[in-house]
Amino acid sequence: MMKAMYQNMLGGRSGMIGLLILAAIIFLVLPLGLDLFRLNLVGKYLTYAFVAVSLVLLWGYGGILSLGQGIFFGLGGYCMAMFLKLEASDPESTKIQTTPGIPDFMDWNQLTALPWFWEPFHSLTFTLIAILAVPTLFAFIIGYAMFKRRVGGVYFAIITQVIALILTILIVGQQGYTGGVNGITDLKTLMGWDIRTDSAKYILYFINGALLIAVILVSRVILGSKFGMLMLAMRDKEERVRFSGYDVADFKIFVFCLAAMISAIGGAMFTLQVGFMSPTFVGIVPSIEMVIFAAVGGRMSLIGAVYGALLVNYGKTVFSESYPELWLFLMGGLFIAVVMFFPNGLAGIYDKYEKKLFTRKPRKGSASAMSSRTLSDPQPGPVRDAASPPAKGMGISNQPVN
Amino acid sequence: MDGYTTSELWSIFAMQGFSGLSLLSVLLLMALGLAIIFGQMGVINMAHGEFMAIGAYTTVMLSKVALEYGFGNYYFLFAIVASFGVAFLVGYLVELGLIQHLYKRPLDTLLATWGLSLIMQQAFRSTFGAKEVSAELPEWLMGSFKPTETVDIPINGVFVMGLTAVVCLGVFIFLFRSRWGLRVRATTQNRVMAGAVGINTKKVDRVTFALGCGIAGVAGAAFTTIASTGPTTGSLYIVDSFMVVVFGGAASLMGTVLSAFGIAQAQSILQFFMDSSMGKVVTLLVIVTILMLRPEGLFAAKVRR
Amino acid sequence: MYIFNRNKLSKISSVFIGITMAASVMVNSVMAADYPTAKVNTTKLNVTDTTVKVGILHSATGTMAISETGSIQAEKLAIAQINAMGGILGRKIEVIQEDGASDWPTFAEKARKLLVKDRVAAIMGCWTSASRKAVLPVVEKENGLLYYPTFYEGLEQSKNVIYTGQEATQQILAGIDWIAKEKGAKTFYLIGSDYIWPRTSMKIARKHIENVLKGKVVGEEYVALGDTQFGSVINKIRLKKPDVIYAAVVGGSNVAWFKQLKAAGINSKTQTMLTISVTEDEVLGIGGENLEGFYSAMKYFQSLDNANNKAFIAEFKKMWGPKSVVGDVTQAAYLGPWLWKAAVEKAGSFDVDKVVAASPGIEFKAAPERYVKIHNNHHLWSKLRVGKWRSDGQADVVYESALIEPNPFPKGYQ
Repeated sequence: MMKAMYQNMLGGRSGMIGLLILAAIIFLVLPLGLDLFRLNLVGKYLTYAFVAVSLVLLWGYGGILSLGQGIFFGLGGYCMAMFLKLEASDPESTKIQTTPGIPDFMDWNQLTALPWFWEPFHSLTFTLIAILAVPTLFAFIIGYAMFKRRVGGVYFAIITQVIALILTILIVGQQGYTGGVNGITDLKTLMGWDIRTDSAKYILYFINGALLIAVILVSRVILGSKFGMLMLAMRDKEERVRFSGYDVADFKIFVFCLAAMISAIGGAMFTLQVGFMSPTFVGIVPSIEMVIFAAVGGRMSLIGAVYGALLVNYGKTVFSESYPELWLFLMGGLFIAVVMFFPNGLAGIYDKYEKKLFTRKPRKGSASAMSSRTLSDPQPGPVRDAASPPAKGMGISNQPVN
Repeated sequence: MDGYTTSELWSIFAMQGFSGLSLLSVLLLMALGLAIIFGQMGVINMAHGEFMAIGAYTTVMLSKVALEYGFGNYYFLFAIVASFGVAFLVGYLVELGLIQHLYKRPLDTLLATWGLSLIMQQAFRSTFGAKEVSAELPEWLMGSFKPTETVDIPINGVFVMGLTAVVCLGVFIFLFRSRWGLRVRATTQNRVMAGAVGINTKKVDRVTFALGCGIAGVAGAAFTTIASTGPTTGSLYIVDSFMVVVFGGAASLMGTVLSAFGIAQAQSILQFFMDSSMGKVVTLLVIVTILMLRPEGLFAAKVRR
Repeated sequence: MYIFNRNKLSKISSVFIGITMAASVMVNSVMAADYPTAKVNTTKLNVTDTTVKVGILHSATGTMAISETGSIQAEKLAIAQINAMGGILGRKIEVIQEDGASDWPTFAEKARKLLVKDRVAAIMGCWTSASRKAVLPVVEKENGLLYYPTFYEGLEQSKNVIYTGQEATQQILAGIDWIAKEKGAKTFYLIGSDYIWPRTSMKIARKHIENVLKGKVVGEEYVALGDTQFGSVINKIRLKKPDVIYAAVVGGSNVAWFKQLKAAGINSKTQTMLTISVTEDEVLGIGGENLEGFYSAMKYFQSLDNANNKAFIAEFKKMWGPKSVVGDVTQAAYLGPWLWKAAVEKAGSFDVDKVVAASPGIEFKAAPERYVKIHNNHHLWSKLRVGKWRSDGQADVVYESALIEPNPFPKGYQ
């Protein structure tokens, strides 16, 4: 029992080492080595890491590329922001408005009462449930409609992208209810606790890190279970799994919902640490950038995804400070290079070297096979497959042209 | 209707039809190129919008040159051809350097071409500046004609519409009435067999891809008649164009034409009766809903996947 | 784009000494020694015996770079001029420039960096409302000082911000009054991009038209930011036949809007239009010929005929090239460093609280727009001018109001 747990959760010896190193970096190295300003930035990057981890589950293991993870990140973030905004809009501090007690942007847009769907966000309990439930429910609806009809591959990618676009247009267009382009800004306190103070920033950073580690652990349990194996099987030979009597769609819906929920946690933590939420995090561009975090880290590695998110964002900050012109070139080049030369990302490179380091040490047969499967797959084979469903499966290339 | 007379309603109807047409033309030209690349080759080209921008920039540059030498009235026809040529050439090179390595991995192509689009956008910005530029249009393209008192029809809309029809016809003839088209279709349907009967499938891929990009270039030339060109112009239309292609059924040219028509008209009419962002949201929602019910698009042969 | 370097700076500085600009402001003989650092800086700002650090925070990249570049240039020009005159309290201004990259969180991030890490004494920056809203909590929390140049929607007043552009009522009311009187306009069609500034502006415009002028708003329309399809809107306008189109369309949409108007046969001969979003900068992209005869309501036009402005334009072109144009916001950005300088000198300190306390009542008589004064509510008293566009991209000023009091929370207009 203990042993199974050790295998699943920690991913065996190498998985545990990887996790410990990550934890040490998040909880010790970075807080000690960086000043609060930089640490706060890292905290922001780590919220993107939630999305990257969710994409490893969804894309790396599930073979489903969602270009709309920003939807769920945004929904989680907006739920949190709505609660904080209501708290910041007490009648006392908004007495200058025509209608005191409602968020300032509503007042600017001639709303005279709080819209009904804002009301429940007075309650923290409701908000916390909503952060998890709203994106999950939304993902369920999308997933149910698409996977039950066997929409997959590039069609799924494009449709999720369109949904991200729709949501952005809605948020921007309905600014009386959502804050529009500006987003929901000027968030101050959480249950009276000022989230802008230094101590709050430290505490939020550590909560964020702990949640991230927890999410990785849960993901590992899931990937290590029978379900995880089925997912891999599904990704590589979907038809065969279906013929074996499994309902493939149900599994896909589940993993899509799970990924949505993980992304939403990231979004909520983002709002708390950055102090506002805006439609720029919901749309197409952030959604696809989040995919590159996962791709750079290694689409098969939960831990790699975290490093990917950290590294790409750190690069973005550094380059935009010193060579803003070059940044887009570099970012574009990164997309191409990762796809063409490093399909397994950083984790792939790490595995290569790790192999060399450990070749002299004999590996314990089953344990190592297990760990290498759950942690990160060193063989490029399955990954190529994941990205390359047979052309027939696409349903486009062998149709007669009319 | 609030305060409109019957004749006014008729005018709305006529003018709305035409205002939908200019949107339709750009959408359709974009989508045609995509339909060829996506439908025939299964490649997702996220940089397609940037090929459109290449065409638009080519037109703008030519208009500057034309003004300098005083043949501003005729350059536009030449610019359309040049836009096609430049975009075709760049497309050819991109296929050679990037796309051909990724044919079996559609999702990866998507990411790689997204990267390519970022690079191209920054290249535009570095070359032409961040400011939006616009082409000087020849006099005969400006203005409108009035068939009745209340109806005004923009001439550039009609011109672009005509251009679109010509391009559609050209693509149709190319694909279904020429040797090249035969090879393209053969390669699409069975690559191995096509190779076995002596078709150079690699070359076919390259030309097909470049052709799609070239048509996007023509879309760019058409685009300069309605708006200005900036580094991110292409990204405005990319998602819409994909919608058109998917909605129409990826492999069907006729489907693409009809779905572009439907989407453009729906959006244009909805935007008349609602505000512009809601009009767009409703259009997209309807498409997504229909696609969920009928994933293969409107006009596709029934194939079980 | 020009890269600003020391050589250029010293060249410019040498040119400056005899300029009228310098003469109109008090000739600077202040020595740093008169103001010991320990005294002028009690809040650990980045002020030494010889220098003071100031942040410039605009988008140098991304979609907003088009608009914000002019502001960066104007601020650098003002700072170079101030330095050429001996700086502030005997200290030279050193600029730390950060790029907001047209991304609001980045603005907040960089503002925090400027205030926490660099400890700048003031920030000249932001352009869009969204970027200001993102930066505002940071500036208030860290007790910084921001000079914000853009005309904006009002409804805001912060201890830590000086607004050098117009708030909505300053730009709207007088302009509408003028056009109603001049053209006998009774019906208006309002159109704007879909975000807070146009919406708030239109709200104020509508109330003014309906309640004060007893006119009629026959349509109100908002288009998504970046949208380039105006066919439907133009058809609606054509059917409603308004006396005046009142427009606040911004960015890339602006070009499409005017081009498609022209293509649809609507031009200044057949239709009166007053915009509040077109400055000389935008005209570059739209093309003067598409705009000829339409009106803009601004506080500043490049063609203003006064000595201050002529000197300013000459210096601006000397520094940034003869082809550069100066729009309303660029001029407002130019005011920032000068107003800060005056306030610091009045306070005898760089400390934000003291500078803020000294700010109300500060006058700047060498302003290119002629004269401005800081109101208690941190906005500027300014005039409203209406310009009629010419095909060469410049405007003829056809109307000039008296000084208008800033009123960011207008009663009866909310």
